[in-house]
Amino acid sequence: MSSPTPSITSLTQFVVEHAAGEHVVAAAFLKQTPTLALADGSVLLIVGEGAARKVEAHPDAGILTAASDGAALVTGGDDGRVVRTTADGATEEVGNSKGRWIDALAVSPSGALAWAAGKIVTARDDKGRLRTWQAPSTPQGLCFAPKGYRVAVSHYNGVSLWFPNTEAEPEKLEWKGSHLDVTWSADGRFVVTSMQENSLHGWRLPEKADMRMTGYPSKTRSFSWSHDGNWLATSGADAAIVWPFSSKEGPMGKPPRECGIRPAKVSRVAFHPGALVLAVGYEDGFILLVRLNDGAELLVRKADPERGAVTALAWDKRGKHLVFGTEGGAAGVLTLPA
Amino acid sequence: MSDKIPVTVLTGYLGAGKTTLLNRILTEQHGKKYAVIVNEFGEIGIDNDLVVGADEEVFEMNNGCICCTVRGDLIRIIEGLMKRRGKFDAIIVETTGLADPAPVAQTFFVDQDVSDKARLDAVVTVADAKWLTERLKDAPEAKNQIAFADVIILNKTDLVSPEELAEVEARIRAINPYATLHRTQRAAVPLDAVLGRNAFDLDRILAIEPAFLEEGEGHHHHHDHDHDHDHGCGPGCAHDHGGLKHYHDEHMQSVSIKLGEVDPEKFMPWINDLTQREGPKILRSKGILAFKNEPKRFVFQGVHMILDGDLQRDWKPGEERQSRLVFIGRDLDAEMIRAGAQACAA
Repeated sequence: MSSPTPSITSLTQFVVEHAAGEHVVAAAFLKQTPTLALADGSVLLIVGEGAARKVEAHPDAGILTAASDGAALVTGGDDGRVVRTTADGATEEVGNSKGRWIDALAVSPSGALAWAAGKIVTARDDKGRLRTWQAPSTPQGLCFAPKGYRVAVSHYNGVSLWFPNTEAEPEKLEWKGSHLDVTWSADGRFVVTSMQENSLHGWRLPEKADMRMTGYPSKTRSFSWSHDGNWLATSGADAAIVWPFSSKEGPMGKPPRECGIRPAKVSRVAFHPGALVLAVGYEDGFILLVRLNDGAELLVRKADPERGAVTALAWDKRGKHLVFGTEGGAAGVLTLPA
Repeated sequence: MSDKIPVTVLTGYLGAGKTTLLNRILTEQHGKKYAVIVNEFGEIGIDNDLVVGADEEVFEMNNGCICCTVRGDLIRIIEGLMKRRGKFDAIIVETTGLADPAPVAQTFFVDQDVSDKARLDAVVTVADAKWLTERLKDAPEAKNQIAFADVIILNKTDLVSPEELAEVEARIRAINPYATLHRTQRAAVPLDAVLGRNAFDLDRILAIEPAFLEEGEGHHHHHDHDHDHDHGCGPGCAHDHGGLKHYHDEHMQSVSIKLGEVDPEKFMPWINDLTQREGPKILRSKGILAFKNEPKRFVFQGVHMILDGDLQRDWKPGEERQSRLVFIGRDLDAEMIRAGAQACAA
């Protein structure tokens, strides 16, 4: 065992910074290309060290939300457009809710996508067929079921589980209050939302048993499931709060893990795709990797309050690279040493 | 990161002239860029890429506070706008004619993400000089909007006689004696009378001097317009104070209290308890307090149950250490409030 050192091991020398210059809304890897969705309506493809290609996905408009299936980055803008950008820089308009903001967006691994504009949720299957449903109030979050063509829509007073290809009324998961983002566990047994009142709410399916996860000092706006589906990492506290979902009951009655406790709030979390290692981004720009088993920490980026909170974090498929972006337009890519 | 974005809330009953005022703000040359959150698209006469449609979704907070409602759509829109904050200098929120201003105002105090990035500048209410008196009788929303206002634009004054104007002003003052009032035609008002008011800034609550209070105490009244005495005593009796007609609205009234130094140990529990209990009825509250043995003025203001207060500047040499409080609300028990305040005297 090495002697204790006051500072944690640093990976900062393996990070290549790229100035995005704009608020980074989301990040993803399109195959091997680190890609950023920027608030000024553009998509930035990082094609090499210090080299980037800017694609005007939403000319004269802004990007509000984005999601990726690994092949393309799908962005929703304040121009009402939904645009698919691929690693070669090609863009395709895949949806248009004229005059409305795209408030939420989700993609499924099979290539389907769904977006919300005002109260209308539109689902587009892999063949491009559109279906719409009007939610009882403006949806704030969308996600696809892990299997099958089904969308979870979070809104005021609960979540609706919608099968776009049926006429049936969506199944309701009710809980009073304003639900923000929504996520569905990989085994399909849990649906979890973040709420206006700085808490999470979950439902265990099919019983619809309620789960409340409270104690956050601010809203949770970032979720990430571990690759094995046993853990859900969340932002919104002075550490990443990681809830155990391995048992049948989910996290009920079990304390969460707190990873990377710092005097700054966690703004983004992203689990490694193949190991129990969590990337944690903070509101002061600091980024850590934390190993869940022993809490060991690796520094990715020092605090940089000037360039704001970490707003985007994403791993590549193999878990070799991590791309990040901040509110103030900083961005970079970590390549893990071999 | 940088300063908070000021937000002006524009209210007014249907047809009062809100859209006219908004179009004026957007077209006038002032070198500023505004992001505008509107409730109905298409009314705005000009192109502006930062005009956002809203749905006015009022949410109750799950915090056990029944009057603690917020605008969920506003939280989402402001979050979206803040990603492009370099694009505009200020935000204007237009509400529908039937909207209660409270959820909009409360959003800026209750939601941490919003209050970190934006601050409420003022609630501006456009009122129709010709029809307001009628609306105050039949539309509780119109009354709420007047009660809530920091600035009142009394519009369409060309459509009424001087007597009718005096009448409607008296009606307004019966509900809200504190708002700054501008008489306009076609909503023509200097924009600095509407924007950049800092009305919710504690540092700007320099004085609480309602017109009636001054007058009742025999000060010279600056509303020196000619009035006559043949007004009808309709619902809400009017009596004459030698300067301005003085109405008592049946349901909406203001209670202003003046006292000397107060004991913070008594005042803080009292004001908290009062606003918790009576919060649903209290629309707005403001106060400047002289705490015993405290060289600084304590200033607070509130919207329903939500209170914001702080020690502000020093009392100036020679300035009378006097405490003043005002509550505007519905069916307020003035005697109970007065007695409670008096009991806080140091």
